[in-house]
Amino acid sequence: MTAGNYLRVQGRQTLIWYGGLGLLTAQVVRNLALPPSYWRVVLQEVDRMGVRSVLVALTAAVFTGMVLALQSAVNMARFGAENYVGPVVALSILRELGPVLTAILVGGKVASGITAELGSMKVTEQIDALRAIGVNYVKKLIVPRVLAALFVFPLLTILADFVGLLGGMLIAVFERHVDFYVYWNNIFYWVTLRDFLTGVGKSFFFAAIITLVGCYNGLSTEGGTEGLGRATTATVVEVAMAVILADFFLTKLFLFLFWPQT
Amino acid sequence: MREAPVVELRGVWKTFDHHEVLRGVSLVLPKGTTLAVMGGSGVGKTVLLRLCAGLTRPDAGEIRLFGANIEQLREEAMLSLRRRTGFVFQSAALFDSLSVFENVAYPLREHTTLSEGEITERVHRFLSVVGLPGTDSLLPAELSGGMKKRVGIARALVLEPEVVFFDEPTAGLDPTNARVVGELIAQLRSGVCDTAIVVTHDVEFADMVSDQMAILHDGRFEATGTPEEVHRSTVPAVQAFLAGELRES
Repeated sequence: MTAGNYLRVQGRQTLIWYGGLGLLTAQVVRNLALPPSYWRVVLQEVDRMGVRSVLVALTAAVFTGMVLALQSAVNMARFGAENYVGPVVALSILRELGPVLTAILVGGKVASGITAELGSMKVTEQIDALRAIGVNYVKKLIVPRVLAALFVFPLLTILADFVGLLGGMLIAVFERHVDFYVYWNNIFYWVTLRDFLTGVGKSFFFAAIITLVGCYNGLSTEGGTEGLGRATTATVVEVAMAVILADFFLTKLFLFLFWPQT
Repeated sequence: MREAPVVELRGVWKTFDHHEVLRGVSLVLPKGTTLAVMGGSGVGKTVLLRLCAGLTRPDAGEIRLFGANIEQLREEAMLSLRRRTGFVFQSAALFDSLSVFENVAYPLREHTTLSEGEITERVHRFLSVVGLPGTDSLLPAELSGGMKKRVGIARALVLEPEVVFFDEPTAGLDPTNARVVGELIAQLRSGVCDTAIVVTHDVEFADMVSDQMAILHDGRFEATGTPEEVHRSTVPAVQAFLAGELRES
């Protein structure tokens, strides 16, 4: 295959992927208003996505907070600014690392699970069986996952934010001997509610991206078990990339909306 | 007023990867008819069946299900029509995380407001119809190929559909199980559902269950009519298929 043909094929596949994802998103939005509501399925998904991912999210968050505190304290000590470790850790975690790391870690796990499950249903004709029975598969399989993620990811992000700050405190107070009250007072003085809310706001977008990519890759699985393996691997990479790219544009948007002077 | 056919195809075309699978196929399935669609492997029998059920969209032509032109309908609008049909997949396509009972009960839970007792009664009735009483708690992975197929039939029939689409119901079955499934489909005509399309490459089976027959070859029907008329056909491709020379084409 020549380079031109390769680029043409890749370009076409990319367009098909984005087009398919866009159509699935439109279907999900349209189906949100249609009966019936599968609230029991939503709760099952909340359990599967959220409860079973808490440990992963919190472990990553506490160590991220500790590393941030360690790195910033060591370097800020050179300028005599060690007491300001708290705000540095808090701003980094609340605005960026809390939502992004949670989305990448938990999102990769959740989305690859969704792709594997839906892809397996696709290759064994179980999705066609649902359609043949007269069941709206978008409403039954996709909408509950999206709704559950929109609930779970912001909650996990809030927990990760809090645990990340605790991790930072452990290092700042017990290893770098920053006063406990100074650590928290500086955080509450320098960090505003907007910093916290924009981070949580990002997690809503990440939740939608993660579930839609996972669902779309599952539904478009072809080629039996080999195709299923390819789709699952692709989902992990695409979710990580999508979260990082979306984070940049969301950061630009939130800076423009909430800090217009900067 | 004359009743609209249950299924009607007019000049339907379907292409996959530049390969024309169906080239202007037309058929009419009146109520009370069991049509056997036969042909060699890969001629597009399953594609035809999926088009009839609205599971696949045609490239060109018109498909009517219960008189409604379905290629213009959105997926959501198709659902109410599909609830009046049953589809038996070649692979059975059972929900692998659900037990036999839950598989058969699934359409009832989705589309009816029956009580748990009524659902249990109806599921047990249909499991008895397909000869599988007492298998409620088994998972699909614990069933043989023939049992899976019969559970698939029970699931397709449990809403008492007006038409059933059977995709290779005897494929992969031993002669005994194939005969059991054949007798079951023949019985349905006088009971649960009198209208069906059965896709098969098994001529004896088609003779047993159908009152109309069509031979698909090279993207078109080469012969249609009663089994006797099709057996008398002088079209070379039809004769070759009936003689067993085209079945693995």
